[in-house]
Amino acid sequence: MKPARAHPLWLAFVLHRVSGLALALFLPLHFWVLSYALTAPEKLNQFLSFAEQPIVKIAEFGLIFLLAVHVFGGLRLMAMEWLPWSAPQKSLAAGAVGIAVLISGTFFLQVV
Amino acid sequence: MKPVTSQESELDGQGVTLDVSVWRGTSEGGGYQRFEVPALENQTILDVVSWIQHYADATLTYRFACRVGMCGSCAMMVNGQPRWTCRTHVKKVLKAGAVQIGPLRNLPVIKDLAADMDPFFDKWVTAGGAHAPSATRDDPIPPVDPQDAIRVEASAGIECINCSICYAACDTVAGNPDYLGPAALQRAWTLLNDAKHDAHDQILDAVSGVGGCHNCHSMGSCTVFCPNDLDPMSAIAGLKRETAKSFFRRRK
Amino acid sequence: MLNLRLYMLQRITALIMAPLTLGHIAVMIYAVQGGLSAEEILGRTQGSIFWFLFYGSFVLVVATHAAIGLRVIAHEMTGLTGRALTGFTWGTGLLLLAMGTQALIAVTWPAGMT
Repeated sequence: MKPARAHPLWLAFVLHRVSGLALALFLPLHFWVLSYALTAPEKLNQFLSFAEQPIVKIAEFGLIFLLAVHVFGGLRLMAMEWLPWSAPQKSLAAGAVGIAVLISGTFFLQVV
Repeated sequence: MKPVTSQESELDGQGVTLDVSVWRGTSEGGGYQRFEVPALENQTILDVVSWIQHYADATLTYRFACRVGMCGSCAMMVNGQPRWTCRTHVKKVLKAGAVQIGPLRNLPVIKDLAADMDPFFDKWVTAGGAHAPSATRDDPIPPVDPQDAIRVEASAGIECINCSICYAACDTVAGNPDYLGPAALQRAWTLLNDAKHDAHDQILDAVSGVGGCHNCHSMGSCTVFCPNDLDPMSAIAGLKRETAKSFFRRRK
Repeated sequence: MLNLRLYMLQRITALIMAPLTLGHIAVMIYAVQGGLSAEEILGRTQGSIFWFLFYGSFVLVVATHAAIGLRVIAHEMTGLTGRALTGFTWGTGLLLLAMGTQALIAVTWPAGMT
């Protein structure tokens, strides 16, 4: 049996690791699609129209959430390490998720 | 009529038993063995383990000394969580009349509930945890102001009882065997803030290697599980801060 | 599996990326209004020194940051160590840098100058 670790900062760690891993795996795909801009613009347009599908839009929303949550989660970590802000870590971690939801939600409202 | 003591009330003498699973074996292999243990009104996990060793199976191996939360030798995994068993009441952890007791996580198992503490203590030394006095016995004793900001940082971590509960709770230790772990790094942090300690740069070097403080992911299980309510996560953050400062200072 | 040098590199790239990422997200939210087309994106970015420097520095720091992050995950999850771990870190970093540079050139190089 593994220890029960479902406390807020452990969940914040998991979220940071999962989002970081997902973004790192997404990057090569992102670069590969963009590199078509020069060699074959029509392929890029094909891809962009493929991205009009609702399922892809939801995936994009997920990606932006992961990006935002990784940024704000990372800023929280650096604030904890370098500024003497050790007390309200749980609230700051929750705040990072909140801001990420807000930003990715704004994006989602723009694409639908 | 005989007065009823807390030892005899409710559960006592009613034939109620606890369903206790105890790890038997070593790191090489083993399994959980079940014991029926009489339930008492007031009973700690360490009491349960002792009862099994006294009355059910004398070959059960475990470790304890003070029984009052001072010595740090009786920590075990209780229902998968690291705990000081002498201060863990059975009623607090019992699930449907059952409890599972195992040796501390992240350490080799010598036998049954006795974990091999060598890697844990070796890392205290590796992290620069041995005291290096800044003065000899012939020098006057330097005054220490308990209100001093630096001394407050040091004092926050000195009540550690070396129980290794934080070490067992840490997933970074589980994934990275070289990682020094919360207890050793917190010890390094207290020494770094100790005016009577003389090897500050050596500490910064000792906690900056491949197993050093920079491997910490601030998941905070150490702080959540510490039975003495210490905060190793913040101590490690302090080490990161001071090593980061020294990174720029020493490059000049 | 981080020493002080890798830790500092990871935190410094993170600090550089924080404003770049927020800028990137802001551009995305602005750009997706009314749908995306290759012409619209390239019309904004091609031949622009600002976007070349913006995304050029982004590619450089993200390749470094991702390589170090993946290194930690590889060590903790798969037990990779020593030269294999060093090779993995450099390999992922250089791959991301190469692919990112290709994308950067495709998107920001002045049209017709290739």
